[in-house]
Amino acid sequence: MPDIYLDNNATTKVDRAVVDAMIPYFTEYFGNPSSIHRFADGVARAIKKARSQVQELLGAEHDSEIIFTSCGTESDSTAILSAIKCQPNRKEIITTAVEHPAILNLVDNLEKEGYTIHRLPVDKRGRLNLEAYQAMLSDNVAIVSVMWANNETGTIFPVEKMAEMANAAGVMFHTDAVQAVGKIPMMLADTKIDMLSLSGHKLHAPKGIGVLYLRRGTRFRPLLRGGHQERGRRAGTENTASIVGLGVACELALQHMEFENNQVKAMRDKLEQGIVEAIPHCFITGDLNNRLPNTTDIAFEYIEGEAILMLLNKAGIAASSGSACTSGSLEPSHVMRAMDIPYTAAHGTIRFSFSRYNTMSEVDEVLKVMPTIVANLRKLSPYWDSINNCPVADPEQAFQPTYA
Amino acid sequence: MWDYSEKVKDHFFNPKNAGAVPDANAIGEVGSISCGDALRLTLKVNEDTEVIEDAGFQTFGCGSAIASSSVLTEIIKGMTLDEALKVTNQDIAAELDGLPPEKMHCSVMGREALQAAVANYRGEEWKDDHEEGALICKCFGIDAAMIEEMVWANKLRTVEDVTNFTKAGGGCASCHEDIEGILEKVLKERGESFDPNAAPVAKPAPVVAEKGPMTNLQRIKKIEEVIMSFRPQLMADGGDVELVEVVDKTAYVNMTGACNGCQMSAMTIAGIQQRLIEVMGEFIKVVPASQMPKLVNIQEAGHA
Repeated sequence: MPDIYLDNNATTKVDRAVVDAMIPYFTEYFGNPSSIHRFADGVARAIKKARSQVQELLGAEHDSEIIFTSCGTESDSTAILSAIKCQPNRKEIITTAVEHPAILNLVDNLEKEGYTIHRLPVDKRGRLNLEAYQAMLSDNVAIVSVMWANNETGTIFPVEKMAEMANAAGVMFHTDAVQAVGKIPMMLADTKIDMLSLSGHKLHAPKGIGVLYLRRGTRFRPLLRGGHQERGRRAGTENTASIVGLGVACELALQHMEFENNQVKAMRDKLEQGIVEAIPHCFITGDLNNRLPNTTDIAFEYIEGEAILMLLNKAGIAASSGSACTSGSLEPSHVMRAMDIPYTAAHGTIRFSFSRYNTMSEVDEVLKVMPTIVANLRKLSPYWDSINNCPVADPEQAFQPTYA
Repeated sequence: MWDYSEKVKDHFFNPKNAGAVPDANAIGEVGSISCGDALRLTLKVNEDTEVIEDAGFQTFGCGSAIASSSVLTEIIKGMTLDEALKVTNQDIAAELDGLPPEKMHCSVMGREALQAAVANYRGEEWKDDHEEGALICKCFGIDAAMIEEMVWANKLRTVEDVTNFTKAGGGCASCHEDIEGILEKVLKERGESFDPNAAPVAKPAPVVAEKGPMTNLQRIKKIEEVIMSFRPQLMADGGDVELVEVVDKTAYVNMTGACNGCQMSAMTIAGIQQRLIEVMGEFIKVVPASQMPKLVNIQEAGHA
């Protein structure tokens, strides 16, 4: 069996149709879209087409609301830095404790510069408290930035409602939607969302292309100034081939939206139910009834995520983990900590994220190997009683190492 | 993906001595806050000879934590307790053909579990003597706790000071922002403020690029001087370095002891190279002597 890729929230395979659409813009129509000669002929038109394809997927009112950037992180930084530059008297930012580092590290840095950062906590299921949010909104807040869906658990936040609340309080609203775009339907024109970030490589377009959606009329200051590209809102020669590729990817995502929310979801559901039934002492994290259709994040208690991933990799299965050791950082995932997942489980979380390229037989294959992998690692664990094949009685008491 | 050696993978996929030794009389339980790993080491010690007759491990941790535990039990079986206490974390890492710098703490955890087990056998209380923090300098494996301690102890004020005292920041220089962050924090606690242009605390011996062209001998001597200046730091970690040959713009060095085989040796070499370039005012490449081309004998080459 060929290798099984279940790490689509990290990045996706570029769709063949996307690659085919891109190639001519490297070798034939490589001209600068601003030039007046045959090598640039049609390039500006191709970009315009891509812009409308993105517009349609997002349900934006105008195609000029789509600004091409280099990645989701650039879009996030542009949005937040623009908002604070436009409103120098507003010194507060509202976000959540479970955002992607693209937001969290940026606001941490702004905190050092004197901004007050409100990081909304989540409950054990990863949900926000909207009353607490309402209480934070004020004339001092420059921008609210809340992710549409969480990258680790897939939990969806009520961003449309939160944008309305912000709007009513006269506060700008940005959402990092890199995990949500292409997986759940959107109609931005009907919302009060002012800015939205998306990333091409999360939806079968290449890496190095992103979009900032900027609602018409939203006050804006560019991050990059220079040429007139993107109507002066993001200078720099257009990444033509990738823009064309992203356009095609958005069209394909729209075509597959039903497939994503039915067949892909069915694969995800079968996998997580199968795992929870076959393996004792594991549980699904996040808001189970309100998640992306492609994502499941399962905590395997008493063992560690990187070790699980190495054994999965040996079995030809690619997934990812919220454990400290896989990230090169020192703490288990900030998302797991924010949800107050016990430490012996947080280190053993594994995220499986599907795409339309996965199959049910792949799900069966994972279900075949997973119980053995978990059992083998538990045999090595000081929290596990190998003789009775269960956790030691009162594990946190029975094993109390000296921590250095 | 971590760049694990074949030995790490082998010990992870086929761990030796997994599980608790049934009639153990020495037990060490330690954990590393830095990554949440924890290890229980159980030993069966012969009470007459103090020889470790059997060793077993139970580890909650990542691939390299399991591999470090496994290789540790292999190393110490058959040793006396006193011999076993001489095993350093570098020995554990070397036996695994090196660990990535971020994972060196796994080998430290192994050594600490061993110390704890011996203390347990002897009825002593084991106390950990160092604190671990977030890894700041990946080139030299220096963490935040170590930098903070040195900044406090020596009243350091600049990034340059920190590099002189801890090596941190002396390699690729990417961590200078983080080091400034630590300086800002500690200086604030000390009631001072961070000034990047503050005078260095203890000036290192001034090394100014010689004016005018150096003779070949002067140049090689200077290169050796720079390389020698790294020896105390390396020897502190159980390693050493020597200059073997200088050919044109390439300096060939021998890394020995714990440096040999440690994956950090590549980083150390990069650090030495950086320093050489600064001091010599010219580009000099530092290359392990093992990669030195064989010297060509002119007569053999047919030019006699």
